[in-house]
Amino acid sequence: MTTKVKHKYNGKRNRLDKPELLAPAGNLEKLKFAIHYGADAVYIGGQKYGLRSNADNFSFEEMREGVEFAKKYGAKVFVATNIYAHNEDLEGIEEYLLNLQDAGISAIIAADPIIIETAQRVAPKLEVHISTQQSISNWQTVQFWKDEGAPRVVLARETSIDEIAEIKEHVDIEIEAFIHGAACSSYSGRCTLSNHFTDRDSNRGGCCQSCRWKYDLFEDARDDLDEWISQTEAEGEPVLEQFRVGITQLPLFQEGQNEFSMSAKDQCLLEHLPDLIDAGIDSFKVEGRMRSIHYVATVINVYRQAIDAYMEDPDNYELNPEWIEEINKAANRPVNTGFFYEEPDHEDHIYEPEQKSTPYDFAGLVMDYDESTRMATIQQRNHFKPGTEVEFFGPNGTFFKQKVDAIWDTEGQVLDAARHPLQLVRIKVDQPVHYFDMMRKKNR
Amino acid sequence: MTTKPELLITAGTLEEVKAYLEAGATAITVGESKYGMRLPGQMTLEHIQAALPMVHEHGAKLYAAVNHIFHNDALPGLQQYLAELERVGIDGITYGDPSVLMTSRIAAPSLKLHWNAEMTSTNYATATYWQKRGASRIVLARELNMDQVIEIKKQLPDMEVEVQVHGMTNIYHSKRHLIQHYLRHIGKEEDTEHVGLERKLFLIEKERQDEKFPVYEDEYGAYIMSSDDVCILEDLKLLLDAKLDSFKIESLLKPRVYNEAVLRAYRRAIDEYAKDPEGYAFKPEWMDEIRTLQDPERELSFGFFYKEQMY
Repeated sequence: MTTKVKHKYNGKRNRLDKPELLAPAGNLEKLKFAIHYGADAVYIGGQKYGLRSNADNFSFEEMREGVEFAKKYGAKVFVATNIYAHNEDLEGIEEYLLNLQDAGISAIIAADPIIIETAQRVAPKLEVHISTQQSISNWQTVQFWKDEGAPRVVLARETSIDEIAEIKEHVDIEIEAFIHGAACSSYSGRCTLSNHFTDRDSNRGGCCQSCRWKYDLFEDARDDLDEWISQTEAEGEPVLEQFRVGITQLPLFQEGQNEFSMSAKDQCLLEHLPDLIDAGIDSFKVEGRMRSIHYVATVINVYRQAIDAYMEDPDNYELNPEWIEEINKAANRPVNTGFFYEEPDHEDHIYEPEQKSTPYDFAGLVMDYDESTRMATIQQRNHFKPGTEVEFFGPNGTFFKQKVDAIWDTEGQVLDAARHPLQLVRIKVDQPVHYFDMMRKKNR
Repeated sequence: MTTKPELLITAGTLEEVKAYLEAGATAITVGESKYGMRLPGQMTLEHIQAALPMVHEHGAKLYAAVNHIFHNDALPGLQQYLAELERVGIDGITYGDPSVLMTSRIAAPSLKLHWNAEMTSTNYATATYWQKRGASRIVLARELNMDQVIEIKKQLPDMEVEVQVHGMTNIYHSKRHLIQHYLRHIGKEEDTEHVGLERKLFLIEKERQDEKFPVYEDEYGAYIMSSDDVCILEDLKLLLDAKLDSFKIESLLKPRVYNEAVLRAYRRAIDEYAKDPEGYAFKPEWMDEIRTLQDPERELSFGFFYKEQMY
């Protein structure tokens, strides 16, 4: 574990004084957790024009509630309207954007220029942030979008930290960059695998993650057949044997080797946060509108602490190794630093079968705490019973471990286990806890 | 007589330019991999200068592909390249990255700009957006259906609309060197230098054993191509009636003789239609030559022209 901190871009920061921590929120509950655990802003999807048609997504009513909640924390809510529209999607854009504006949304994240232009025309209170789906990779393109009135761009994931710093030197604009979570292995938007494999339109929210599927890689050898056969010295070679039996495609892999895949490791830039802050990135974006509450709360909690610690005292900042441990409890995919430093290499893909579960699960949500009895009221989120080893954690890194002792229901009846989703139970806790603290347990 | 739509193909050598003009192309796209994506060969400014008189003698157009997603380091070269293209008299360039628009305003203001954002050029309103900013043509995404294509042209009477009518399509573009990475992963380091177009690699997805997806790499990343070849010749009348401006044939990963046959077939259809739009009818034998030369392992399909997509 490295605690070395680079100071490559010290002193070059401009725009926002303190970088924004931007969290994904797949639904209203996730929004509340993300903000309570430290996000300065969240991005959500509405019922239309977003790229996660499988997520819960927000109604306008839920958006209003989310905005109200966020306000109490001084946080903002952005809406992803990042599809590439087809003709039939055009009707209704104006009304939709007006509704977002009315709901108190601060910004939209848009890729299709017609959505960008329409928002600027009909809903001027909405900031327009240019989506990573535009694959913005150079300062002149950033300048284009600034000239078009955008206060912020989300850069292509293919952009390096040096390129980002150079962009900041050329253009005075807010830069948002993905620093944690999954990434398209293609240029975002430049992939229609889903369209071809499943008739689902990837650029309108139908992506079925075909890049994570397994493929076999072959070489087409049909044209070389005559050449091979004329080479008498090749007699007896296995390749020639294959041609003899009519096989004209040569596998590049051997039996038992991993299949080809485009699957990219997730990003985690936690260790390089100071460098990214100093390079001038204004908004640190965490990916994952489809991820669990446990994941969002854990990841945001860690980045919040890291950003605060660095901004508080940059010179004496040290990476806390516990932060990485924390993140690993909620993650189930290997990570790398994307394109920020070195271009991804052969170690930056996932060829092996993927882990489905995470090391820890969200077991319960603290609803209430009685200081005199040291009893916590817990809303069940996963099975636990007396003897289960659990961890309590809350915003700003509050944390302790304990073993669950007796469990009571709200009527005072002793339970042998907390079995029922959302059931309210009481347990004794070793340290004070607060509403919104989370209880996790190790996955078996 | 009616105005004939352009018949456009990409070429990689001077010989191909000549052959394709003779087979009936009225526009050729060329370029070099530093600026243009997925080209069948390298055509430098010098080659372009050599090709231009030949192309213009045929009354045809020569376009340059400048459709990369550019990074900072490419910008100085880009400015010079655009200025040179303007100077030698190129008939137009295709672009997707707005930096090309910005650069051409400064360095080559008279260049004709064809907006081609590949999979993301999907509606007429966005085309109008780019038209207002200087583009004279939209190159449509390949994932649109016939109704959408026709509607787009209907909504854009003053903008040229280009649609791919034949050949394979790109379905995935990554900056990652996926093939090299994989070969390294399975211990075939020595193989990593040969991952270009000429290697004829393809992928087969586990549950789709009869579909071969060509894949190749250049220094700008990896490209996966469709397992089928679009062919809309049979229904070209719909696009002719709708007055689409340019019919594009993708020549990539095809032998020259195949591309010539395709050009001749579409040439014939366009010419027949021009003579008598009312009496025009597709004749199945126009497909004969294409079918003879068609790779038996690649389906001739309607692409997305008649497909319903969900999301």
